Amino acid sequence: MTDTAQRTPAAPHKDINTGPVQRSWKAPIALGVFALLAVILFMGFGRAGESTLTLSARADSIQLVPLVLPTLATCYIIAAVLVAIAVAATLMVRRGTRVPLWLTTVFSILLLLGFLVWASAGANLPIPGLLAGSLGLAVPLIFGALGGVISERVGVVNIAIEGQLLAGAFSSALVASVTGSPIIGLVAAMVSGVLVSFVLAAFAIKYVVDQVIVGVVLNVLVSGLTGFLFSQLLSPNSDALNSPPRFNEIAIPLLSEIPIIGHVFFRQTLIVYLMYLAVACVYVGLFHTKWGLRLRAVGEHPQAADTVGINVGSTRFWNVSLAGAIAGLGGAFFTLGSVGAFGKDMTAGAGFIALAAVIFGRWDPIRATLAALLFGFASNLQGVLNIIGSPVPSEFMLMLPYLVTIFAVAGLVGKSRPPAASGKPYIKS
Amino acid sequence: MTDSQISRSGPSVVENHLAEPGQGPTLPVEPEESGRWSAALREIVAGNIVLSVLSVVLALVAGAVLIAATNDDVQESAGYFFARPGDMVMAILSSVGGAYSALFQGAVYNFRRPDFFDAIRPLTDTLTYATPLIAGGLGVALAFRVGLFNIGGRGQMLVAAAAAGWIAFSWDLPFGVHMLVALIAGVTAGAIWGGVVGLLKARTGAHEVIVTIMLNYVAFYLISYLLRTPVLGTPGSNNPKSPASKETAVFFELLGSKYNLHFGFIIVIAATVFVWWLLNRSSMGFRFRAVGENPAAARVAGINVNRVYVAAMLFSGGLLGLAGVNQVLGTTTSGFGAGVDAGIGFDAITVALLGRSRPWGVFVAGILFGAFKAGGFSMQAAEGVPIDIVVVVQSLIVLFIAAPPLVRAIFRIPAPLERTARPRKKAVAQ
Repeated sequence: MTDTAQRTPAAPHKDINTGPVQRSWKAPIALGVFALLAVILFMGFGRAGESTLTLSARADSIQLVPLVLPTLATCYIIAAVLVAIAVAATLMVRRGTRVPLWLTTVFSILLLLGFLVWASAGANLPIPGLLAGSLGLAVPLIFGALGGVISERVGVVNIAIEGQLLAGAFSSALVASVTGSPIIGLVAAMVSGVLVSFVLAAFAIKYVVDQVIVGVVLNVLVSGLTGFLFSQLLSPNSDALNSPPRFNEIAIPLLSEIPIIGHVFFRQTLIVYLMYLAVACVYVGLFHTKWGLRLRAVGEHPQAADTVGINVGSTRFWNVSLAGAIAGLGGAFFTLGSVGAFGKDMTAGAGFIALAAVIFGRWDPIRATLAALLFGFASNLQGVLNIIGSPVPSEFMLMLPYLVTIFAVAGLVGKSRPPAASGKPYIKS
Repeated sequence: MTDSQISRSGPSVVENHLAEPGQGPTLPVEPEESGRWSAALREIVAGNIVLSVLSVVLALVAGAVLIAATNDDVQESAGYFFARPGDMVMAILSSVGGAYSALFQGAVYNFRRPDFFDAIRPLTDTLTYATPLIAGGLGVALAFRVGLFNIGGRGQMLVAAAAAGWIAFSWDLPFGVHMLVALIAGVTAGAIWGGVVGLLKARTGAHEVIVTIMLNYVAFYLISYLLRTPVLGTPGSNNPKSPASKETAVFFELLGSKYNLHFGFIIVIAATVFVWWLLNRSSMGFRFRAVGENPAAARVAGINVNRVYVAAMLFSGGLLGLAGVNQVLGTTTSGFGAGVDAGIGFDAITVALLGRSRPWGVFVAGILFGAFKAGGFSMQAAEGVPIDIVVVVQSLIVLFIAAPPLVRAIFRIPAPLERTARPRKKAVAQ
């Protein structure tokens, strides 16, 4: 039980494959489809000119020379490599070996690079700006996803992430405006996230109500409550109640000077640094501490956990509350970290995307974080490409992350296995 | 109907029906009709109806607290509460009473109108608002009963609305036929959009929650794009909105031009009967419920679980598609935008939950929510209370109804004799 990530389908599959042939053709098929799409796009709709990828922001002390690539030639080469990888994957599966993860990763990165080059023909694509915007969009998703991972790992399905984010955004804006201190606003966001979690936990654990029901209803409830209070209180007195101070950016010495990524990752607000800390803590905590072991035991097999003396009810209750606090922090990012003022339903479905990141990341904090980053990147890419004038209608760019997710979930991730007791109430007999 | 029975797979009726043969020795074998009536009687006696009413009361009280607490007059009079407490009581009563009477007058019967036929108009508005909610609620409920969670109502409604709307404004067909063709096209589009989810789940194991959420966005952006092009958009207009549906396709008014109630309501009643028949009387419905109760056991029993998933999502998507069709042929016939779903895809989830995933329960829940919607608008207009309060009350109702022990504790109602609760709970724990 040292690393649950290892217990996901990867491990047992290998044993099965040595026996009677049971090959999974999903990976080669998915890679083949994407390679084909790339060929059609890059060659069929090839674009002449040069693509400029700017690698340094103006504020960076180390200035890198912008990368200038001939669009058509680069796209041809990348398309050829993609096809080669797809063919290689097919051969591998025919020989009975699994397609290694690194190959899929290389494929994805190349596909992305090819697309960027293709879309920015004759234009200038600012890479640091693209990454920074992506991180900004991903931060609340990551907090939400971490909350989701903890909650589901302990056995309570958390559909209420959206509600926790919204409650966090609302109370942080209100409290920070009244007190004038963003830190207190941050605490308020955590408290309100915990309050939403309390309701979820109380109904799910004490009253044994179906957890999906409570989650959905809580989202609606928080949306209605914050919307009502916003119309009644915040918008008539927006100077006093809805103009919170925002966090300032803090540049970490040395780290923030790293080319390309330094500015993106290490010249950020306090909330973003808290996010790094949260990801690390949740990962280490879940897989390398007694707390995490107990938490996972309760989520996988509550009866066994009960037998060895773990109090299932209270473990679930307090960890769901913790999940709420983390998700609440993500809500605070909407108001104190990016936009400033609270707006009605300002989370706009981010909680559901975070939920998708949890499942996409197979209930693993690191993978869920990566999934959230991917979603953030894709949504931001659309905005950036819209500005530089891409040939694709913006609606299709906006659609892309969601289509990619469907493909990825169907083709690459496959059957995702939630924690065994997730969603099931435990009643001591 | 016990506390723990509101499970994702949708509860009780199935379980009772399935469980009854097991209890055979103790119960005399009754013909089905009387069995159902006695079950209904038992339900009332056991206080479930009472609990539902009390849940509504509790939610309304919570709403009243919110209305009063944010009311300016109440806040003002609270400043000198100890000098003249009567003022504050009066302010609370007038704010809450005003809001709720506006809600009632907007939803059921408007006393201020002299003529009965004018005064009853709000009730028909309620039914009009309820129509898409019932259709959508049925779709979500049907998926619940199979153990699937369809959050994709928005996408399914959008593609259905687009398909039906396109036929409604671009084709020329005689009256009646036109409506029927548009209806079929819309429902089919919704069914396909939902069926894709079932297919992906069956073939690849992709989680339906992710796929439906993602397809919501895909549908939204697809429709937004099409509305900018001549396919769905109005030629010569920058507004991303479709042309108006032709008269021949629009759902006709049931009670004359004075009322908004349209033919969609009849279709929805038919849909409710159909879903009831499908779930409770057909062999496919039996397979649906079996998979919803326990997919592994259903598989062992020889049911093709994957096929059931696809079929259930087709039906679910089709019903949500009906809600979408209702929007373009009934509610917003003057042309639609990308927001034509009006959040009904998500409201439908709450409706299905309140109706406990049973067809007629959904029907009643849909009408209740329709009443809240109709009344909410007039409350906002008359009293300046934001319509969000309706959302709060609705969600609290569902929450309270889902947790009978809580309601019993608040009203100090003794728990009924535990009939089936204990064995069930044990069964869950094992």
